[in-house]
Amino acid sequence: MMVALTAARRAMLALVFAVAPLLQAAAQSDPAPSAAPQTVLVPPAGVDSVLDARVKTVASRLRCPVCQGESIQDSPAELSAQMRLLVREQLATGRTESQVFDYFVQKYGQWILLEPRAEGINLLVYWLPILFLVLGSVGLMMAVKKWTRPATIAD
Amino acid sequence: MNWKRAALTTALVGGPVIALLAYGMTRDPREIPSPLPGHLAPVFTGAVFAPGNDDGLRLAVGDTVRLAEHRGRVVVVNFWASWCLACRTEHQALSTVARNYAPQGVKFFGMLYNDETPNGVNWIEQMGGQAYPALSDPGARTAIDYGLYGVPETFVVDQRGFVAKKFVGPVEAGEMSKLLDSLLLTTGAPNASTNAVAPVPKSLPSADTKR
Repeated sequence: MMVALTAARRAMLALVFAVAPLLQAAAQSDPAPSAAPQTVLVPPAGVDSVLDARVKTVASRLRCPVCQGESIQDSPAELSAQMRLLVREQLATGRTESQVFDYFVQKYGQWILLEPRAEGINLLVYWLPILFLVLGSVGLMMAVKKWTRPATIAD
Repeated sequence: MNWKRAALTTALVGGPVIALLAYGMTRDPREIPSPLPGHLAPVFTGAVFAPGNDDGLRLAVGDTVRLAEHRGRVVVVNFWASWCLACRTEHQALSTVARNYAPQGVKFFGMLYNDETPNGVNWIEQMGGQAYPALSDPGARTAIDYGLYGVPETFVVDQRGFVAKKFVGPVEAGEMSKLLDSLLLTTGAPNASTNAVAPVPKSLPSADTKR
C-alpha cells in the first residue's frame, strides 16, 4: 500500500511539475489581495529561498481539506493557497515547523497531517509492518525447514 | 490435520482483516472529526457587509464584530457562500431560529467563505433577506481557524465562549432550537457565577439586554 501510495504521489508530483508555472501564478495571484491588509510583513514566494523551502516542507505534509488525499502544497484549491499563505506567515513570524503543525492539528485534528504522528494508536502503523515481517520470516523459515526435512529423511 | 491448521490460520489472519474492513464500511471517509467542540472557540473579528433585517440582530455595514465581546451570550456562526447549494436549504431555517431567539440574546452571524461580498449581498437579496448580519472573512482566516473544510458549517458557541456543537451541512430549525434551548437553560441561570470564574473581557452584556 505504501508503495502504491508513493507511486501515485510521484505521478501526481510529475503532473504538478508539468503545470507548475500555472499553479505558481495561481498561488501568487490568489492570496495576494488578502495578504495586503495583514499587518505582518511576509516576504512573498521567491524572495526568501530558505523560507520558501520551509513552507514547502510544512505544506507538503498538510492535507488539503477540500481535496482527496492531496497536500496543500500540491493542491490548486483556493483554500490550500490560503493555508499555504498562513503557513508562510506563521513561519515568517518566528514559529517553528512543529508549532505550525500543532496549530493545524488543533483546528482540524490529526486528520490534517498526511503522515500520522508516531504516538499512541498510530504506532501500530509504524510497528505492525515490522512485526508482520518478523513473524512472516520466522514462519517462512519454519516452513522451509519442514519442506526440506522429508528429503533428508528419504535419503 | 493440515487442513484444520490451514483453516485455523486463515481464520486467525483473515478474521481480523475482514473485521477491520467491515468496520471501515460503517464509517464515512468524508467525515472529519472536529477537535473544536468542548474547547474555547477561536476568537474572530469580522466586518459586517450585510446588516440583517431583524431589529434585535441588525448591525451597520462596516461595523466590526468581535467574538470576544459576546461572552455571556450564545453565539451561532454560520459559514456560507453564494456558490454553496446546501446553504440555500438551511437559509430559511437559520433566519427563523435567529429571529426566534434574538429576544433571548442569542447572536447569529453569517461568515462568508471564499466569496466576494457583492455576491453575498445579491444572494441574500435573492433569498428574500436574512435576519442576522453577514461578515466577511478575507483570506479565509476565520474559516481555517475553525477548521473548516466546506460550507455550510455552523458553530454554536456557549456563554463561556466554548464551542458547544459543530453542524456540518444544512442546519435544521428543530435541532438548532433544541440545542439553543438546552444551552440557555443550563448555562442561563448560573451565568453570573461562571462569569466570575472565567476571565471575561471588561464589557459583559447580560443575556437579556435588548438592543
